Amino acid sequence: MRITQGTFSFLPDLNDEEIGLQIDYALNQGWACSVEFTDDPHPRNTYWEMWGLPMFDLRDAAGVMQEVRACRTTYPDRYIKVNAFDSTRGFETMRMSFIVNRPADEPGFRLTRTEGHARNQHYSTTGYASNAPEGRRYGAKD
Amino acid sequence: MDWAQTVDLAGLYRDSGIAAVLDELDRDLVGLVPVKTRIREIAALLIVERARSQLDLASGAPTLHMCFSGNPGTGKTTVALRMAEVLHRLGYIRRNHLVSVTRDDLVGQYIGHTAPKTRDVLKRAMGGVLFIDEAYYLYRPENERDYGQEAIEILLQTMENQRDDLVVILAGYTSRMETFFQSNPGFRSRIAHHIEFPDYEEGELVEIAGRMLDGMHYEFDAGARETFAEYIARRTRQPNFANARSVRNALDRARLRQARRLFAGALSEGAPIDTTALMRITSEDIRASRVFGEDMAACATDGAPHEPHAGASPPGRI
Repeated sequence: MRITQGTFSFLPDLNDEEIGLQIDYALNQGWACSVEFTDDPHPRNTYWEMWGLPMFDLRDAAGVMQEVRACRTTYPDRYIKVNAFDSTRGFETMRMSFIVNRPADEPGFRLTRTEGHARNQHYSTTGYASNAPEGRRYGAKD
Repeated sequence: MDWAQTVDLAGLYRDSGIAAVLDELDRDLVGLVPVKTRIREIAALLIVERARSQLDLASGAPTLHMCFSGNPGTGKTTVALRMAEVLHRLGYIRRNHLVSVTRDDLVGQYIGHTAPKTRDVLKRAMGGVLFIDEAYYLYRPENERDYGQEAIEILLQTMENQRDDLVVILAGYTSRMETFFQSNPGFRSRIAHHIEFPDYEEGELVEIAGRMLDGMHYEFDAGARETFAEYIARRTRQPNFANARSVRNALDRARLRQARRLFAGALSEGAPIDTTALMRITSEDIRASRVFGEDMAACATDGAPHEPHAGASPPGRI
């Protein structure tokens, strides 16, 4: 199951050139980009690992792309996303966040239904991959 | 290959808007003939390169890393700023921006600090020009554990692999750059353009002074220009002469004396001062310099002759 999250989740995966253009747009808006990765892409997991610090004062996408590539080389089978942070007063939050890398094989999520008090249904989702311990999911060796 | 295809070089030249930049360069910078010639050559190369690419004659992007060497105050930084604009107009770099750094910005203070610091600077400069002032400080031969070497290696790697993303300009004084290149042969071979900045002629320095004053809304009066020429002639013979920078300092001190003169005049006479008086720098303001003093010999040996009035006794009444 192909996981979609964040900006452009309705589009097919962006290629490097398109990613570069999006980053250029973010930098032109004065947003700072950062790269994050995870092997626990549960929609409720907002805490992905940081790949280095957020990059401030950049003017061109080449610098961010360099980090994206480095992260892909190190973690080819994890989810990687690029965030763009707007520090303007009133926003002070992510304005854009999109996935730039995904594992080759995505087993998807199991939906668990639990019957509670008065036959109330409770739903929860669990990634099939998250049965393995962190660092060994999605076919990662070691 | 279609040999009959043609391309309009003059048209490309016009469309790039580069003529305006080059003319501006000619107009704004006094002297520096070899520098201007080289910039024109580079501009021509890039236009020809663009014409070639229109006819599918691929040859890879030319290397444009440069080294500016010359004495202090010969305009290296000023030209570097212009270079970013020239390269941007020619479409060689994507952004018209220049990141100016020195050793402190590249080299860390402990093990493992240098690489991230250097990479950070490189990332900031991506798409534009990275200007490394006093580049020879990167390499400290007397300390074999110096982290400068690490910064140099990362720089060289990026200069080689990401030529499309970044143009590196090194700058420094001629003799020390020479030593730097001797100990880092990799650097010399990766830099295509070594541009030598000559010292200014005396006439050019006076011209520069005139333009600086213009920019600050001052002017020389009738005698002051000749006096300043005389000042330059004397000053160039003294040690620690830093070309345009010395001129700027001399002018700043002349402004100081002008202010003192006006102030003293106003206190004694109480007459209002008009615009002309406020703008005018007289011969007397310049002649008060220590360069004209009798004790030139003493001045030349005291070690700080380039700041004749630094540390001198404060002016009389103000």
